Amino acid sequence: MNSQFIQSLIAGIFIGGLAGYLGSLMVAKKMALAGDALGHVALPGMGLALLLGIDISIGAFLSLFVGVIIVWLFGLRTPLPMETLVGIVFVASLAIGFLIIPQFELVEALVGDISNVTPLMAVVSVFLSLVIFFILRKLYPGMILINISEDLAEVRGIKVKLYNLAYLLLITVVVSLGVKITGSLLVGSLLIIPAATSRNLSNNLRQYSLISIFMGLSSCVVGAFLFQYFNVPAGPAIIIVSTIFFLLSLLLKKK
Amino acid sequence: MSRMLEVKNLSIELERNLVLENLSFGVEPGETLVILGPNGAGKTVLLKTLLGLLSHKGTIEWRKGIKIGYVPQSLPVIKDIPMSVQDFFELENISEEETKEILKSVGIKEDALEKGINQFSSGQFQRILIGWALVGNPDVLLFDEPTTGIDIGGEETIYNLLEKLKNEKNLTMILVSHDLSVVYKFAANVLCLNKKLICTGLPKEVLTKETLGQLYGSEVKIYKHEHE
Repeated sequence: MNSQFIQSLIAGIFIGGLAGYLGSLMVAKKMALAGDALGHVALPGMGLALLLGIDISIGAFLSLFVGVIIVWLFGLRTPLPMETLVGIVFVASLAIGFLIIPQFELVEALVGDISNVTPLMAVVSVFLSLVIFFILRKLYPGMILINISEDLAEVRGIKVKLYNLAYLLLITVVVSLGVKITGSLLVGSLLIIPAATSRNLSNNLRQYSLISIFMGLSSCVVGAFLFQYFNVPAGPAIIIVSTIFFLLSLLLKKK
Repeated sequence: MSRMLEVKNLSIELERNLVLENLSFGVEPGETLVILGPNGAGKTVLLKTLLGLLSHKGTIEWRKGIKIGYVPQSLPVIKDIPMSVQDFFELENISEEETKEILKSVGIKEDALEKGINQFSSGQFQRILIGWALVGNPDVLLFDEPTTGIDIGGEETIYNLLEKLKNEKNLTMILVSHDLSVVYKFAANVLCLNKKLICTGLPKEVLTKETLGQLYGSEVKIYKHEHE
């Protein structure tokens, strides 16, 4: 095993586990497709980052930040549902991304390339993943209560709007990290499939979040090995492994 | 102020529709008030406004320092989340011991703790919701439509349970219902509502042919006769 592979593996383990954890909230909140939409919104920024030679996660984050603000500004001017506005911003982003990203780099932006992980990136990914994990853990019970009923949460003194804002920000950061592993097109699945698998296997919240984390990180590990030893692109490999876990969970699912 | 709740000149507008107009009433400590009215009368809106969830005109004054428990009508989403009864109570940050005690007080067996929340009948689930609202020992319980979704035959016992809790814990209760029989079962004060206040006071005194006609339309008169 070379050091490059170990760096990729470490980044994958932490980001994959974190994405699984966050995904468990998104599946519970019926926001499963938000990650996909945001992944696409990240594309123009990733393109710029590739052109300028900076880390694509930084570009992705800036792009997402601008995208979220544009959606919000649109919302102030029209009564159209949020979903529609997100739909517009996400296809527009995709189009801009295709235009500005050079052909050669396009595939990397779309499906990710973990072999590009530098030692610094690996360290930053681990650090950010841990920070976000602990914030999420702190917010988790409140988030679950908000999912169950915003009224009930509010009566219990939870600041729902603040939680939702924090939640959106966290998704933005995790998507920015995730695009490094699976690229813009596939990052949504990194969030959703582990949680869906876990939903099939768990009986309580503890199991649900633990299995989500485990599914997220183990698909990244298996995917990274497939990449290393069989030269399969890592992003698609991770998602396929994740999907196989999901299929197995359907077989094991308790009635 | 000795009253638990004092509401003055309350008006609520939702999306430019006036849902409730110029409502004034009060609730005494230990009182059970049933907010009665047909569907669409604005009962749930009133309850949510009392909880501070909706903006309004006029004043709503709760007695200082009291705690309010809220039992919602239903929680459809909860069944989509893998959650045990214990998980549900842990969202409130209380110990297993307290949870067991509360479950016992609402008539749910201790061994239910590990069970998935989606494995309960709607009647049992309502008991769990009541228990959840009791966490932190509230002084007032607000309850949205206690009869909704209760198993046939189970309805009576939910009322017995509320009666028991009220006495044990010295609770003030505000219930919302469209069901006239709730008022008689509880021998409570009633506030009849249909966009505006139609009547308020003891059921025997204020539920007359006219007020019921205003509330529900004419067919309810027969029901009232049967009861008397």
